[in-house]
Amino acid sequence: MSSKAERNALDVDRTGEQRQVRMPALIDLIARHRVLAAIVFLMVLPWATPYEALAINILIFGLYAIGFNLIFGYAGMLSFGHAAFFGLGAYGCGIPIAKFGFPWFVALPLGVAVAGLAAAIIGWLAIRARGIYFAMVTLALSQIVYYVVFQWVSLTGGEDGLRGVAVNSIDIFGLRLNMLDPMTKYYAILVIVAVALWLFSRILNSPFGGVLEAIRENEKRAAACGYDIKGTRWLAFLLSGLFSGLAGALYAMHLSVVPIETLHYFNSAIVVMMALLGGMGTFFGPFLGALVYLLLEDIITVITVHWQLFVGALFVFLILFFPRGIWGSLLHWMKQ
Amino acid sequence: MTEAILSVQGVSKRFGGFTALSDISIDFHRDRLTSIIGPNGAGKSTFFNVLSGAFPPSEGKVHYNGRDITGVAQHRFAHMGIAKSFQITNLFPLLSAHENVRIAAQAMQTRFNIWTPRSRFRELDEKADALLELVGLWDKRHETAGNLAHGAQRSLEIAVALACEPQLLLLDEPTAGMSPEEAREMMDLILKLHAERGIILVEHRMKLVMGISNRIVVLHHGQLLAEGTPEEIRTHEEVRRVYLGQTV
Repeated sequence: MSSKAERNALDVDRTGEQRQVRMPALIDLIARHRVLAAIVFLMVLPWATPYEALAINILIFGLYAIGFNLIFGYAGMLSFGHAAFFGLGAYGCGIPIAKFGFPWFVALPLGVAVAGLAAAIIGWLAIRARGIYFAMVTLALSQIVYYVVFQWVSLTGGEDGLRGVAVNSIDIFGLRLNMLDPMTKYYAILVIVAVALWLFSRILNSPFGGVLEAIRENEKRAAACGYDIKGTRWLAFLLSGLFSGLAGALYAMHLSVVPIETLHYFNSAIVVMMALLGGMGTFFGPFLGALVYLLLEDIITVITVHWQLFVGALFVFLILFFPRGIWGSLLHWMKQ
Repeated sequence: MTEAILSVQGVSKRFGGFTALSDISIDFHRDRLTSIIGPNGAGKSTFFNVLSGAFPPSEGKVHYNGRDITGVAQHRFAHMGIAKSFQITNLFPLLSAHENVRIAAQAMQTRFNIWTPRSRFRELDEKADALLELVGLWDKRHETAGNLAHGAQRSLEIAVALACEPQLLLLDEPTAGMSPEEAREMMDLILKLHAERGIILVEHRMKLVMGISNRIVVLHHGQLLAEGTPEEIRTHEEVRRVYLGQTV
């Protein structure tokens, strides 16, 4: 018994020492309070961007990229159909508001639910395939969603997109928030994004988060340990779809229209780029990726319409020389 | 004599036109340490994979405690109480030794909990530490599994397999690549583990298992060549012929 106590004492020493050697204090602090750190960063963000609407886009696409990263970075599966969940979240929230006059606080969960339902079905079908086949199945199924929405003009507005998603003000406990004011809108959306980030971090810290890590490390061993690989992947896909759907629903409220482009496969591709740019499999990386992507788009479009050329070049450069992405490389470099 | 814990009836396995196993029937018992031996290409690994649920047999049935488990999904085996260690070390290489065992133990308790922080499950940490102590890796528990020495990885493999508290432990060449010294220690550990559970051991080197096994199964060209006590196998004509040149 005494030897065990001794060992424990030694152990405390060792971990304390390791921590000092491994990471500078600030990074360690950020890593341990990642949600808080992210929220602080996002509270300052609109003061640093050229204009507030861009900050709101960063907020929404950041959430989209983080949700996508659950299946891509943490579960290790490249989905090429996440536009379906972002888009259905947007339409699922926008249609009740625009067509049926629902209040936003009913429409928003509805949007998330529609995206979740689609993720449950598409995920159930897609997890049967692996690697590039998985990517192709998700792409194909998301294209079906695109064409259904495209054709269903009476409900969705078809090619013109859905108009009239007017959320001009939000009343909370007698407090009226003017959503036409960009700053107010930013912080109102930030509250929801902050809750989502907290939930996301909670999932990563849960036993399920550990299972995802284990399966990514060694699928065969995880199965032999008693983990249901398909079931775990399906749940990860569903959760990922829910977060993407929330981002889409917020996007509908932000724009007051839902463009059909939200469902376009281009929207599935940019979220892959965002996650890779920032660092897949890191908590905050995808958010940073969204920020870099949207900032570059915004800055370069002023100079040339061929902005994608420059973003593409940067993308190739980063993938070749910093495969961990911006945040991933930073974390890795700090740990050294 | 107790009832068989694992019973194999008429099992065959074909890969395309190649027959890896043909018509094998054996009973395995909980209170025995059974070793499956045979020369290279005898079908030992294929047989092991059928027993441990990696793939189903082409023909025949596998019963566990009287229940038909032929074709049951791999991840259910751990929950039924059958654990295995792999021939080629198969761990979570980037996780610490402790985390390897902890995550394996977690499978028996919670798999789809997305809410409670992992740090709340203190009993899993304690269980992992206890198992690491059992296989002699307690002092290395914070090391990354991928950085451990080969022998230590083999021991960790056993600890991970034990985390689901198996009634039946299947070991595929646990001493592969080990020094004679390490191999002997491993055999001592296996003998110790046998006190509480049934063990089926696949081994290429016959000498290693003769001393510790209660029962030996000899495969040759995918067929059951002989089955019996070590003494019976030692004097078995056919076995001697197959292992020609080796002292049995």
